[in-house]
Amino acid sequence: MEFYGYRRAEGRPGIRNHVLILPTCACGSETCRIVASQVRGAVNIVFNTGCSDVAANTAMSQKVLTGFAWNPNVYGVVIIGLGCETVPHDELRKKIQAQTSKPVVSFGIQEEGGTLKTIEKAVRAAREMAAEAGQQQKEAFPMSEFLMGIECGGSDATSGIASNPAVGNLSDRLIDLGASTIMSESIEWIGGEHVLARRAASPEIHDQIIKICEDYERHLLAAGQDCRAGQPTPGNKAGGLSTLDEKSLGCIRKGGTRPIVEVLEQAARPTKRGAIVMDTAGYDISSVTSMAAAGCQAIIFTTGRGTPTGNAIVPVLKVTANEHTFSWMEDNMDVDLSAIIRGEWSLEESGARLLEKIHAVANGHLTKAEAYGFSDIAVDHVCRFV
Amino acid sequence: MEKRAILLDEKDNVATCTSEVRPGDLVKCSGGGSAEIAAAEEIPCWHKIARTAIKKGDRVYKYGEVIGEALAEIQPGAWVSEKNIRSIPRDYSREYLLTKGEV
Repeated sequence: MEFYGYRRAEGRPGIRNHVLILPTCACGSETCRIVASQVRGAVNIVFNTGCSDVAANTAMSQKVLTGFAWNPNVYGVVIIGLGCETVPHDELRKKIQAQTSKPVVSFGIQEEGGTLKTIEKAVRAAREMAAEAGQQQKEAFPMSEFLMGIECGGSDATSGIASNPAVGNLSDRLIDLGASTIMSESIEWIGGEHVLARRAASPEIHDQIIKICEDYERHLLAAGQDCRAGQPTPGNKAGGLSTLDEKSLGCIRKGGTRPIVEVLEQAARPTKRGAIVMDTAGYDISSVTSMAAAGCQAIIFTTGRGTPTGNAIVPVLKVTANEHTFSWMEDNMDVDLSAIIRGEWSLEESGARLLEKIHAVANGHLTKAEAYGFSDIAVDHVCRFV
Repeated sequence: MEKRAILLDEKDNVATCTSEVRPGDLVKCSGGGSAEIAAAEEIPCWHKIARTAIKKGDRVYKYGEVIGEALAEIQPGAWVSEKNIRSIPRDYSREYLLTKGEV
């Protein structure tokens, strides 16, 4: 099995060829939005930080910004900074250029003399990049060059029973084809971590999974929060999930059954191929942000109650096994898996159908969130602003 | 009326209703095991029905795994939710294969 993508000098091929308009900080975000609106082929992200941050938060922000720039779906990057942020535009540009040879340019609003002058230069640069990107031809690549993120959000009881194990079957199929997958949301391993850890390829990986859960509980306790107080969410409870353990035991099924070969920190890039897990929040937008920064070309997203969320550079494919949600929120849902609940489709059959769908997305089929141009982002933080 | 529920594992003492259930409905469970339960109360779609009597402090099983403990006596056919079960805190120290320093 092959997919058609855009060759990159480093890393995996892209399944999209975006010009990314990237702010260094919140003060650059609005200018980035205007620049992206002027150039077909350009996408922007809204970044709500980058200034007045402690070192640990800055480190996370930098991982996300450089990760987004490095993501294979990005052809080139136009950075817009202000001039007084923690990591200025030229510094961020050099960091990105140290990791990739794709085109990167940067501007500072204070240096250029304000918004309009910056927009003019940035639009010219983005237009040139988009024109070059439009000439790049797609090439066939083996599925081993595919890295898929696995996410769930707005879960209800149908998620753990049907859509998550169906996506687990898809993950197994992809791994058998040589591809890799990342499952994240470590708070939603708690209560099922002993089951997840059984998939570990080594005792070290087994214990890393347990330790992530223990550390997560402790971290929240240090902030005076019992992880069981916010999880499950009110929506999860209304959807029939009563405890964190119940939610987690359903959540982890979306990762499939193949051995876990690597455990990643949030937004870190994989070094192994196969089934990978990442330590992220259960907050779906933050988790999707981290997996996009890790280099996933596409993300499959299961939901029970329905969600519109999308990412600027990585297509997000929504699947649900809740019949009502699929018809009621059809404008946001991509795949209907309710036949599993009705006993009409086996998980095997559903996994095969999902493989067809994600393969189509890899080949250019727009997901609904992508067609709307949704660009949600949330960068996980560990500490207050200074 | 006859209703359906999903029993994921033979070990489970709860099943997930696939439609709204009313008192007196006969709930037929299938999936990882089979059972028939007479519903004792109204249960919303996708919520859990008790397959057996669950005593206060007893473990509640779904997926063949513990999802919590009962906060009060739960009758067969009753609605099982966050109102009558709660999560049991983990004892991570017993889960490590290697000594913690090696991770």
